[in-house]
Amino acid sequence: MNDPSPAAETASTVTLRINDEEHQLRLDNRTTLLDALRERLDLTGAKKGCDHGQCGACTVLLDGRRANACLILAVAAQGYSITTIEGLGAEPDLHPMQQAFIDHDALQCGYCTPGQICSAVAAVDEARAGWPSAVSADLTDPGPLTAREIRERMSGNLCRCGAYVNIVAAVAAAAQR
Amino acid sequence: MRSFGYVSVSEPDAALAALAAHPQAEFLGGGTNLVDLMKLGVRRPGVLIDVSRLPFDRIEPDPAGGVRIGGAVRNSDLAADPLIRQAYPAVAQAVLSGASGQLRNLATVAGNLMQRTRCPYFMDASKPCNKREPGSGCPARAGEHHNLAILGASAACIATSPSDLAVALAALDAEVLLLTEAGETAVPISQFRRLPGAAPDRETDYHGLITGIRLPDSLLAQRMQYRKVRERASYAFAIGSVAAAATVADGVITDCRIAWGAVAAVPWRARQAEQYLIGHPAEPDRFRAAVELELLAADPLPGNAYKTTLISNLTVDLLSRLTGLAA
Repeated sequence: MNDPSPAAETASTVTLRINDEEHQLRLDNRTTLLDALRERLDLTGAKKGCDHGQCGACTVLLDGRRANACLILAVAAQGYSITTIEGLGAEPDLHPMQQAFIDHDALQCGYCTPGQICSAVAAVDEARAGWPSAVSADLTDPGPLTAREIRERMSGNLCRCGAYVNIVAAVAAAAQR
Repeated sequence: MRSFGYVSVSEPDAALAALAAHPQAEFLGGGTNLVDLMKLGVRRPGVLIDVSRLPFDRIEPDPAGGVRIGGAVRNSDLAADPLIRQAYPAVAQAVLSGASGQLRNLATVAGNLMQRTRCPYFMDASKPCNKREPGSGCPARAGEHHNLAILGASAACIATSPSDLAVALAALDAEVLLLTEAGETAVPISQFRRLPGAAPDRETDYHGLITGIRLPDSLLAQRMQYRKVRERASYAFAIGSVAAAATVADGVITDCRIAWGAVAAVPWRARQAEQYLIGHPAEPDRFRAAVELELLAADPLPGNAYKTTLISNLTVDLLSRLTGLAA
């Protein structure tokens, strides 16, 4: 049985597993995972765009599944294996999705790019696992990852520069690998 | 944001005990709505009880028939579940039509049922709102209301429910499984949320922990479809949606279900339209008349009157497709 007494405390000692490394932090319970990453751990790849789950710039992977780091409290993110863009790959060992974004010139200013790439990696995994999307004609057999499917599956990531055409091409190319 | 305490519970009894111990506590599921509203200063809980790790994360056949979906099941797992996709396609369609891949991975089924309206006045703590601050007034009727209610509203509130899932659940006659200190009860989804009346801050008469949802076994479920209209192609709330199913024998409708989203504070079950159709020939003119009958209760405002046309066309089109009258 959990003791409800910690409820009186407004800060917690939090253990986060990020890019295969454990970090223990004393955090105000109000701290989001995004703020813990950026402000406490110097992992500034995940970006703060809207801070309301509307733009996707903060996307990270929790146990391999994409999520908005701005909407999950750090204290509630304990127990997950968290992967940020830094953990996905770095020069010279880039993740194939990172390389595909470079090859297809899938960015302009680059601010949304870490979130786009984390989201795209998970979106390709979801499609490989047979998950349907809102545009799949057959819910039980979504079929290939067409440009239309990529657009729908990536709709949680906004790009203010409008690099969408090349983002779709990059995701399609990486999905072939 | 107001400071708050945090407890994570692994047993349902602990969740209820923590709720009883802290009058200003709220349950935390995926947090995709609650954390956002806390940032906006709209919700100010003193304690968060994290119920996302309770053992209600399964989707399984119910011994009494139908399917039981755990309250902690993530929206993405619900939409990807093979049984749901095959036997309850409208549920998968509704979930997939909402939010984004990221949000669906976090958001839970129980949280979906408890999500709050996206009325711009409710979400702006600097504005009056009878739902957020009882008695403070409602600027929506004279103000921005293009996506607010045309049905079941009151002088005090014209908020709409943003849930896609709840619309499919209403059409399916789902039950909400609720745990209180007295045990688990099953509440028909049609009774779970209240229309605003004079007390829009009171959204439900039920209190407890949502352990799951039960979907009854039904011939109509497998044929049910969910259609949604929004202001961009993806990742937006509905401005109108419909979940519907119909069975036809010899050209006559033998059974039918219709529920509408984004038109009221609750998913709007169009029961008058259903009754008008059952036992009568499946014809587009009758579909339209049925919808018009239901919409006699509508009270549209200048900015949202388009919804009557939208919901009518959407429903007639879907019923036509479901009964083989349109491709």
